[in-house]
Amino acid sequence: MTENEAEAPAEPIAHVEIKAVILLILMAALVATFLIYVMYARGVFENTQRLILVSEDSEGVIPGMDVTFSGFPIGRVQRVELAPDGKARILVDINRKDAKWLRISSVFTMEKSMVGETRIRAYSGILSDPPIEEDAMRTVLRGDTAAEIPKLVASARTLLENLDNMTRSDSSFNNSLANIEAVTGRFSGKYGMLGGALGSETEARKVMQTLERVDNLLIKADQRVFGKQGVMDDAQVAVRQLNVVLKDASASLKKVDAVLVEAQKVAGNANEATKDLGALRSEVDASLRKVTRLIDEINRKWPFTRETELKLP
Amino acid sequence: MRPHSFLYAKPSEWGGFVLRFVASWWYMIHLGAIALVMAFSPSTYNRENRLATSRHIYNSAWQVLPWFTLLAALVSLVLIRIVVVTALSYGLSRYALEMVVRVLVLELIPLTAAMFVALRAGLAFNAGDARAVFIAANVESEKSAAAQNRLRRELVPQVIANAFAVLSLAMVSSVIVLVLAYISVYGSSPWGVLEYTRTVGRVFNPAVTIGFVAKTIFFGLAVAVIPTAAILEQHRVGRTSSSTVQPGAMRLLFVLLVIEAGSLAVKYI
Repeated sequence: MTENEAEAPAEPIAHVEIKAVILLILMAALVATFLIYVMYARGVFENTQRLILVSEDSEGVIPGMDVTFSGFPIGRVQRVELAPDGKARILVDINRKDAKWLRISSVFTMEKSMVGETRIRAYSGILSDPPIEEDAMRTVLRGDTAAEIPKLVASARTLLENLDNMTRSDSSFNNSLANIEAVTGRFSGKYGMLGGALGSETEARKVMQTLERVDNLLIKADQRVFGKQGVMDDAQVAVRQLNVVLKDASASLKKVDAVLVEAQKVAGNANEATKDLGALRSEVDASLRKVTRLIDEINRKWPFTRETELKLP
Repeated sequence: MRPHSFLYAKPSEWGGFVLRFVASWWYMIHLGAIALVMAFSPSTYNRENRLATSRHIYNSAWQVLPWFTLLAALVSLVLIRIVVVTALSYGLSRYALEMVVRVLVLELIPLTAAMFVALRAGLAFNAGDARAVFIAANVESEKSAAAQNRLRRELVPQVIANAFAVLSLAMVSSVIVLVLAYISVYGSSPWGVLEYTRTVGRVFNPAVTIGFVAKTIFFGLAVAVIPTAAILEQHRVGRTSSSTVQPGAMRLLFVLLVIEAGSLAVKYI
């Protein structure tokens, strides 16, 4: 094999150089387009405004992740850094054209789901508020699904146990339901609610009979009391008579009153008379004493006087 | 007769094996460095060399590009469907696209392109063994002007063409796969473009993009240099391998895997 044979091209290819150049240019264009597309996809050409979110924990937050509003990405995390106060600062670039959705009253939440990455969401309750300012700093609220799960499971277990107790065939809840069913069954019976409340139709029937009797009684009483020549008429006459009697009594009482006044006067006079009687008595006493002494004197001086004194020898 | 395997050698021959092993790797790296320096030297690109380079590029890239792209698109379409349908059945469809982009575009397509070019280039080089022997005869005095010229004329165009082939096959297939992934998920509706772009943007962060480009370039260099160096070395030391495996194939596979593992480690660890 000679050198010439070795170096000779196997077969001539038409326009090989042009084809190679075209391929080179195409590849260069493809690579450049791809890089520009990736840069565009990374938001290099977007006009943005800065928003700083402060969080207790930056776990799961990576540069490049989206910040969404109503499910639409409006910005992306540019950098995550540790602030001097120990909190995580998440620097977010918000598209200027989407920044109108963020207001000063907007709330930001960070949710960590079981599957997939952490998500940062923005909520704007009042869209009429002024737009959020440049370099605004907001605290982000955290919602950690994984942290809530043990608590949720514990609560769910208690709930399920209670539910299990309630739904057992001999549970009080079930019995109550059976009772309710029985009661509602009676409700739909002949005596309706009355049957349900009293427990059986017999009782309800008795009550109905009693009621009928009471009703008859009331009708009769009505007739006797309020009917013609009923109790009420007599009562009215009696009341009228009583009125007259009362008037007479009142007049009698007035007379009694006058008598009593008179009696009072009489009593006053009697009092005075009693005082005079005392004096009279003392006078009588004095006169009697005088009479006695006089009789005694007469007796002594009278000849027929008897010697009453015994003189001893 | 010298044993060909380290395992069959006597302990007294181990030193010689290690030396030959190191010398072989050094020869490969040295040849790669020379080829690279020549590729970046403007004096390489004279009329004759430009034509040779164009011919090699035509052979290794232009000719295979349509077939490889079609094949890659078909295989990718199957994989994309599997990933998307599986993700959909688990309710994870929003992660399907990211997975498709990461697995296919970033990892599988460049590796497949490198393997494909290596296989083809190695075969082409084996077919032109006569030239390789001729160059090998002159490698010993490669500092001479004539030897350099031959290297420029024979080796450098081949290396450039193979590196370029890997890059172009990988890039074209990647772009096709990106388009296919979009169509698989969103159909022909143009309203998913923004969301899709954001997904692609999330995947291609600066580190991943640089890693992707660097990996593709390294694949290209490995594919271009290792089989050539192995064949040349075989002729240089006058040793013929009894193995039917293409010379340097194991080493190429090893280097490709090391590059791939390194790229994965940098990206995900």
